[in-house]
Amino acid sequence: MTKDENEHTHHHGHDHDDEHSHLDPTALRVRSLQTLLVDKGYVDPQTLNELIDTYENKVGPRNGAAVIARAWADQAYKQWLLDDATAAIASLDYCGRQGEHMIAVENTPEVHNIVVCTLCSCYPWPVLGLPPAWYKSAPYRSRVVVDPASVLAEFGVSLPTKTRIAIWDSTAEIRYLVIPQRPENSEHLSESELSDLVNRNSMIGTALATPVKDQKA
Amino acid sequence: MNGVHDMGGLECFGSIDTTPDGLFHADWEKQVLALSLAIGATGTWNLDQSRFARESLEPSEYLSIGYYRIWLNALESLLLEHDLITAAELAKGKSLEHAKPVKRVLLAPDVAQALSRGGPTNRDVKTRALYQIGDKVRVRNIHASTHTRLPAYVRNHTGVIHCIHGAHVYPDSNALGQGENPQWLYNVKFSARELWGERRDECDVVHVDCWEPYLEIQR
Repeated sequence: MTKDENEHTHHHGHDHDDEHSHLDPTALRVRSLQTLLVDKGYVDPQTLNELIDTYENKVGPRNGAAVIARAWADQAYKQWLLDDATAAIASLDYCGRQGEHMIAVENTPEVHNIVVCTLCSCYPWPVLGLPPAWYKSAPYRSRVVVDPASVLAEFGVSLPTKTRIAIWDSTAEIRYLVIPQRPENSEHLSESELSDLVNRNSMIGTALATPVKDQKA
Repeated sequence: MNGVHDMGGLECFGSIDTTPDGLFHADWEKQVLALSLAIGATGTWNLDQSRFARESLEPSEYLSIGYYRIWLNALESLLLEHDLITAAELAKGKSLEHAKPVKRVLLAPDVAQALSRGGPTNRDVKTRALYQIGDKVRVRNIHASTHTRLPAYVRNHTGVIHCIHGAHVYPDSNALGQGENPQWLYNVKFSARELWGERRDECDVVHVDCWEPYLEIQR
């Protein structure tokens, strides 16, 4: 039985007349607030749809993966990204809200970078989209600054003992993007194939780039 | 403000739920995001005022109700505080009085352009940066009773100016509606040993962006 069928069975026999019976109190409260704000003329319903569509479908970590793949493939671009990330990223058409001021930090055998926002949930939207739940959660925000090794262990990442850890706490409007280390044996890959090795968490620092052997064709 | 949102360094929250999941858990979460962005675009309040509203929630609520409920609560309180709606209207979900004029209403065809423009916070200032790269600085022992972006865990600690970001809108003023009051912004590098003591390797570091008023020179 699929999840949907299961849920349908669960609801079966309940009263279907009143559509409100399917909405939890928060959903009702939000619907009521939206009605009020549209009614007042402060927001346009089409605008709301456009905003949702943007962050659900148009902006996400594939943008960041394209930036990283370009940096891996093109040394001059990587240098530009390190020198002026805002401009280098904008050259690929990723810019704007929550990415107005970008800095890229490079992982090497010597240093591993991890990004956090201990005070709220600041995150580079134009290149990574909206943050995942764990990034916004108290356990991550609080502990990664004091005990990053334990956080990495929970993500299944272990680093060589000689690798230093650098944490970047996004306390201002500067947004940080991690350039993960390029996987071994990836020399033959095209830029597009390289971008498939760049997973979202590797650009935050809670994962390494996907090894070549694990990459799906 | 000394509050539960300023949680860097706490270790009492248990393990991290690392299971991959969707960006939203219910359709209403998408609506809350979109409403917050659309109302934000009216220019009635700024980003720092939004953050101040979110971190002013009851601590027990802040830690338990979930991310988009925090946004929803803050949105409702900002709408009331800035007289865009009344409590009676909020209770009824219906407009009962004339709308308050707003600076602009974001229309669907303008969404892409507005998002790609964003809201840069760098500003030109006449002052010169007090600190240079490599300077040793100490974070002042500031306990602001209102919004600040100075996390408690670096207070009183010594670090090194790692880079200078230019002058940026100062959240401590902006959150109070007292104007942008731009100040020089620095990235300060602290050793993990300095912040967390013997348990941490002296080679590990923590970088924090700090505005000039948060800092003083360490002689």
